Amino acid sequence: METLINGLSLGGIYALIALGYTMVYGIAKMLNFAHGDIIMAGAYAILLVVGMTGNLLLSVVALIAAIAFCVLLGVTTERLAYRPLRGASPLAVLITAIGVSYLLQSIAQLFFTSEGQPVSTGAAQLGSVTFLGANLKLSSLITLGLCVMIMTALTLFVDKTRVGRAMLAVSEDRGAASLMGINTNLIITLTFAIGSALAAFASLFYLMQFPVVSPTLGSMPGIKAFTAAVIGGIGSIPGAMVGGVLLGVIECVCQSIPALSPYTIAIEFGLLIIILLVRPVGLLGKKRREKV
Amino acid sequence: MSEFMLETQNLGISFGGLKAAQDVNLKIKPKELYGLIGPNGAGKTTVFNMLTGVYLPTTGRFFLDGEDLTGKSTVEISRHGISRTFQNIRLFTNLSVIDNVLVGMTNRLPCNMFESMFRLPRHFRTEKELRAAARELLNVFGLDEERRSLASNLPYGKQRKLEIARALATQPKLLLLDEPAAGMNPHETAELTETIRFVRDHFDMTVLLIEHDMSLVSGLCDRVTVLNFGTTLAQGETSEVLHNPEVVRAYLGD
Repeated sequence: METLINGLSLGGIYALIALGYTMVYGIAKMLNFAHGDIIMAGAYAILLVVGMTGNLLLSVVALIAAIAFCVLLGVTTERLAYRPLRGASPLAVLITAIGVSYLLQSIAQLFFTSEGQPVSTGAAQLGSVTFLGANLKLSSLITLGLCVMIMTALTLFVDKTRVGRAMLAVSEDRGAASLMGINTNLIITLTFAIGSALAAFASLFYLMQFPVVSPTLGSMPGIKAFTAAVIGGIGSIPGAMVGGVLLGVIECVCQSIPALSPYTIAIEFGLLIIILLVRPVGLLGKKRREKV
Repeated sequence: MSEFMLETQNLGISFGGLKAAQDVNLKIKPKELYGLIGPNGAGKTTVFNMLTGVYLPTTGRFFLDGEDLTGKSTVEISRHGISRTFQNIRLFTNLSVIDNVLVGMTNRLPCNMFESMFRLPRHFRTEKELRAAARELLNVFGLDEERRSLASNLPYGKQRKLEIARALATQPKLLLLDEPAAGMNPHETAELTETIRFVRDHFDMTVLLIEHDMSLVSGLCDRVTVLNFGTTLAQGETSEVLHNPEVVRAYLGD
């Protein structure tokens, strides 16, 4: 029970990050490998606001600051690094994204050194509740609850609003969408903004569980969330959610079994390989028909 | 309103050394049904691509209702009132029928994108109005019953109609139809002819269409332009042009 809740909340974090990957992939048709570093940037924003105070209210302020900073950063990188390459070969864009990733990490190192810096979000002092004999950390429950809310809101936004519809249209056929009068650049910018805002939430939730900030903080959750997005079917929003939660639960279950815990990461990426072998488009991915 | 809804002046484009279209001079009057015909590879779709901003013309200019739109982006041109359908249907296949039409209405005032994100009451009101407008449009094409099904599940003929409905949803002044009757049987073609005429009368629409089906062209178009190897072979009243020996030769060979 404990493991399951911890797994679900970790999975929620992965899902939030995976959504950033999958939405940008679906709409801009590119893999934004710098997405993990947006989380790192958000974490430093939180560090600057909260520091070691462990003040919960300050953590909320920090979240807002992180959202603002991440959105600004995400939109800026899109504008400066990716937009000039619109229409370039996917490989060029991919390599640019990796470059942006290293750039962001180096900038963080310049300002904050490569040392890990502890941060106290006040998550620890939240304590835990006992439910059905299980000892559940309140911070995990809050993470889980907020993740569910954010994902519900995002799903409603995409399915029910005009902007969401425009996003789906751009993701299906950018050319046809722009001929229908949809400003595709604006939609892509908006996608980066949403992805970065989700990453900011992920920063806080991640720090609540692993309270140390370093310039490479984003790499591991970034790559795992990317794995989650691919497992779920990259480009698919529900796929990212399913993939993220699945990966989080597997990670926590593996870690709770002593015999398996050293192999946790191997098992996670092994799962990716198996799923790709069985279902190359991912769990919820759509098979692509060749156009004739 | 200017005398011509669409006027092109020596419009042309070359890709490297290949002149895909040159010196295209069209003068289309408001509410006219105008045909653009010619053998395969004559440059017809290229002209459409220039008129919608997909390609930037290398020579010449074009005017919609007197306004110079040369060099504008696809989005700007769509907002100024040129909308189109595609030779290979390009619906948003994973969206529902009504959503396809609603996508075409994205730019309708009075509620812009950010308002739809933050000012919810107004958003829901416009959303409701748009839905009503979309259903009305679908009704015209007999698609209202199927509004909830996925666009990809419609039969071919209805997909063609939905593309026209989606194009009309942007409230254009000029509608470009790229081979609307392609792949249709004679019965469907006859029905389509009626639909296009109805669109012209009901929406006061000016229509420029590319078509290979001569029965549709001669039954529908007031005037036509024939392109061959990117240049204008003939233009004028439909019946005269279709009997022009040069045109016959271009189509049938010597």
